[in-house]
Amino acid sequence: MSGARPTRAARAGRALVVAIALLWSLGPVAYGVVLSMRPYAEVTRDPLGLPSGLDLSAFATAMRDEADGGFGLGRFVLNSLGVAAGTVVLSIVVCILGAYAAARLRYRGRALTNGIILAVYLFPGIVLAVPKFVILSRLGLTSSLIGLLIVYVAATVPVALYMMRNFFLALPQSVEEAAIMDGCTLGQLLVRVVLPIAVPGVVATAIYVFMIAWNEYFYALLFLVQHRERWTAPLGIAQLGDFQVPVTVLLAGSIAVTVPVVIVFFLAQRYIVSGLVQGAER
Amino acid sequence: MTARSRTASPATARPPKVRLTTQAQRTNRSGWLLVSPSLAVVGLVVLLPFALVVVFGFSDIRLVDIPYLGTEPIEWTLDNFRGAMASQAFWGALWTTVLYAGLTAVGSLAVGLVLALALRRPFAGRGLVRALLLVPYVLPVVAAATIWRTMLNPQYGVVNAFGRAYLGWDTPVGFLSTTTADVWGIPVPVALLVVVLFDIWKSAPLAFLFLTARLQSVPGEIEEAAALDGANRRQALRFILLPQLRAVALLLLLLRFIWSFQSFDDVYLLTEGAGSTQVMAIQVYTELVTKADIGSAAAFGLLMSLILGVLLIGYVVLSRRTDES
Repeated sequence: MSGARPTRAARAGRALVVAIALLWSLGPVAYGVVLSMRPYAEVTRDPLGLPSGLDLSAFATAMRDEADGGFGLGRFVLNSLGVAAGTVVLSIVVCILGAYAAARLRYRGRALTNGIILAVYLFPGIVLAVPKFVILSRLGLTSSLIGLLIVYVAATVPVALYMMRNFFLALPQSVEEAAIMDGCTLGQLLVRVVLPIAVPGVVATAIYVFMIAWNEYFYALLFLVQHRERWTAPLGIAQLGDFQVPVTVLLAGSIAVTVPVVIVFFLAQRYIVSGLVQGAER
Repeated sequence: MTARSRTASPATARPPKVRLTTQAQRTNRSGWLLVSPSLAVVGLVVLLPFALVVVFGFSDIRLVDIPYLGTEPIEWTLDNFRGAMASQAFWGALWTTVLYAGLTAVGSLAVGLVLALALRRPFAGRGLVRALLLVPYVLPVVAAATIWRTMLNPQYGVVNAFGRAYLGWDTPVGFLSTTTADVWGIPVPVALLVVVLFDIWKSAPLAFLFLTARLQSVPGEIEEAAALDGANRRQALRFILLPQLRAVALLLLLLRFIWSFQSFDDVYLLTEGAGSTQVMAIQVYTELVTKADIGSAAAFGLLMSLILGVLLIGYVVLSRRTDES
């Protein structure tokens, strides 16, 4: 059928590329996992060695409270969870409404609002960090997790709008038209008709938003570095790196905050990816 | 849009006759109702701060002035911009940032392209391989940086241990603190290249995803037709596939440049600016936190966004042109 069928050499070449790619992508992560399970003294003595046994004490040391001789990562994780969950709820509610309007309603000024939102999506960043820091510290919110929550909602709304709009656009419009014919109000339409079929998209967007908030480091550093009680998990790990903390404990902490994100991402991977890359197919 | 009189009945009462005449108005109203929370967020946390950063850039304001903000008149000045333009740190950081962002953009596109092409045809386990390649992208940046710092550590890092055991290195290499090293007589910016490599590692999966999505929508018939006409595989790649990828490749290049141009986390977490890796974002942070100078930090930020703005306009013009053709 196809004259351009791969030759044996091409197949071998591809296998080699795939092997190198996997080593390149996963090698450092595997290294981190292995090291987190070795005693610190052994790592410094023999950096190239393999673990002699399974030593998970570094994980416990990282998580335990300072009072119990640990490094308090457990508390940092709770802080992160709280902020990330709050961000997801606020950001998703705002975005379901906005994205539906952007995808379906032909209201006046639609092009303008869509343009503003796209511009904001493409132009986030460090530039706004200065005024955000000033405003929030004028309001007395820079030393609290609330201030962080506000910043995270603002940071995630544009990308969540973009993703959710793509999901809404992909839904069949006929169901909604039928519901409108039957006299559904907009609220009923959204809650009873649109959301039930949009659940995968909403969940995927929520996970993506959660990941952004969970992984964020810069604003946590800017706002909370002086307040150890309120450190988030990423800030905690980065700050502990400056203290005399055994590297195995740091790695254990890093792995511990990574695993949940990676698992959740892979469960919803198909939906997240399709929401992100839509528009690239053109 | 029709311009009708504003005598619409409330949305709750809907006698069939009025319903037709107010359809557009009701859509208008619900549209604005639904987007207003989004616009409020964008306005309060993006547009208002942007206006303020302009004000700060042109005023003499320091961290200690924050409690009196809004109670005292603004002291307007051009000093922040004069200071930035005259400072060695600004131009040094700008050059470092351009180099860093440019290399990262090109590198992650290249790696993404190789991956996308290698995984284009189905094979057993392709889905799993695809998913595993995304791990660096999903990893929290702090975790990734901790792993890389450990890997490259001069005392117990695996790279130095390997180099000394098998490659005959006499002394360990401080990958994250060395500004330049001579490799066969050529000066190489070690720390900067390591940071670039790290960023490519983290961001290439996204390029891979976009390119894969685009490749999947290339109709198979084109390639088959080319094969019937006697094109070999390399010609098919060069003349059929790559042209199809041009638009999305350009988009990826630009987006990655913009993102890396303002990236703070990756560089700061790896080097804290050591080894001549002081990028613009770190410079802004230093002005704000270390020097406590809001005005100067705002000016640095504004100059950064000016450069990015020019790039964005260039992108919009370019994408318009490719849309038309």
